[in-house]
Amino acid sequence: MRPPTPSQTIGPFYGYALPFAGGGDLVPPGHPGAIIVHGAVLDGAGQPIPDALLEFWQADPAGGLTGAPGSMRRDPVTGSFAGRSGVGFTGFGRVAADADGHWTLRTLPPGPAAPGALPYISVCVFARGLLHHLYTRVYLEDTAGDPLLDSLDPDRRATLIARPEQDGTYRFDIRLQGGEETVFLDFG
Amino acid sequence: MSTTPPTPEPQAVIDAEMARIRTEAEKAAADGAPEELQPRRDYPPYRSSVLRHPERPLVAAPEAFTELRGPVFGVTDVTELDSDLTRQHHGEPLGERIVVTGRVLDRDGRPVRGQLVEIWQANASGRYAHKRDQHPAPLDPNFTGTGRCLTDDEGRYTFTSIKPGAYPWRNHLNAWRPAHIHFSLFGTAFTQRLITQMYFPNDPLFPYDPIFNSITDERARQRLIATYDHDLSSPEWSLGYRWDIVLDGPSATCMEEGR
Ligand SMILES: [Fe+2]
Repeated sequence: MRPPTPSQTIGPFYGYALPFAGGGDLVPPGHPGAIIVHGAVLDGAGQPIPDALLEFWQADPAGGLTGAPGSMRRDPVTGSFAGRSGVGFTGFGRVAADADGHWTLRTLPPGPAAPGALPYISVCVFARGLLHHLYTRVYLEDTAGDPLLDSLDPDRRATLIARPEQDGTYRFDIRLQGGEETVFLDFG
Repeated sequence: MSTTPPTPEPQAVIDAEMARIRTEAEKAAADGAPEELQPRRDYPPYRSSVLRHPERPLVAAPEAFTELRGPVFGVTDVTELDSDLTRQHHGEPLGERIVVTGRVLDRDGRPVRGQLVEIWQANASGRYAHKRDQHPAPLDPNFTGTGRCLTDDEGRYTFTSIKPGAYPWRNHLNAWRPAHIHFSLFGTAFTQRLITQMYFPNDPLFPYDPIFNSITDERARQRLIATYDHDLSSPEWSLGYRWDIVLDGPSATCMEEGR
């Protein structure tokens, strides 16, 4: 096995390079069946992290993980971002937290990635001050049978479950540190 | 009543902390601790890390059907001009023209093909084209400092740019970042995601920088430093640097091949 290239922090100045218009809109506003997942990214003092960047990757509603290209589709004339084509589901979102450390994702509910598996949205967290990114998961429902959730104590488990608000809207806060610290994952 | 901002700590305080951590890490390695391949998330000399790292251990994921796959990018997601940062404006940027190239591999040494590489960097004076960068060095109207490309069939990426300048930051008094280019990479699996920084050989600022030294293992730090390659330099045009990248993390393709 080759040793990996180490990670370094994303720093504070990625804002003109990585975020793109519509990065959090996997489907356009008003799309039938769309859900909103939103929340804050918080530090160990409970303060919002305005310079966090979140990436999301998920199965399509049928559980498919092929992920269409075109999340960053470009206008060939101007080079600007043209938005997703609306044909095919890319499964990928990228959202920079706003000044309140808040983020919003508009997507379709993921399907089970394997027969009988509980669906989830995978999240990768980057931030100034964070030297190596972190992974977590947004589960939209909490039922028994998921091997990860079932391995956790109830209060740790709760950090991975999005809280339903009004119709089709879910709240999911990410706490990098502290008593209610979010569960972060290792894939070996 | 107004509060006085805290006096910035001198470099010597940061140096002493970094030296103590390095000594402890070297002792642990000599005692047989596993090699530290990645930076420490908890690295107090980098002050912004103090409240931004988890205190609990990561939880091993029992399955990763979703994360062992990843997003796909294609020819619609990049334009041809994206990989040449010197041609994004009407005029030529100031600075030392460079070509940076290398291969992206997985941990088995196989090329990572057709995947998105994104870069961003300061201009030759050490200033980012970002509103939050208040370093009183000149902006360059002919340089934005962002690039994108897809890796080719051998996993290769190539960017043309200018050498970024070192720049000050406020971690402590007289804190300066060594010159670097920020890199963002995707593999075939979301688990292989990488954001890092490429440095230039022989930078005198390496010993003073807590971000670089958050990687406590000397060999691991060296993996972030590009090699000057004279064969990549073009006569009367540009200097060449080579930097190969190995993505960490398992992928579905590794698993399917039984590795
Ligand atoms: Fe930087």
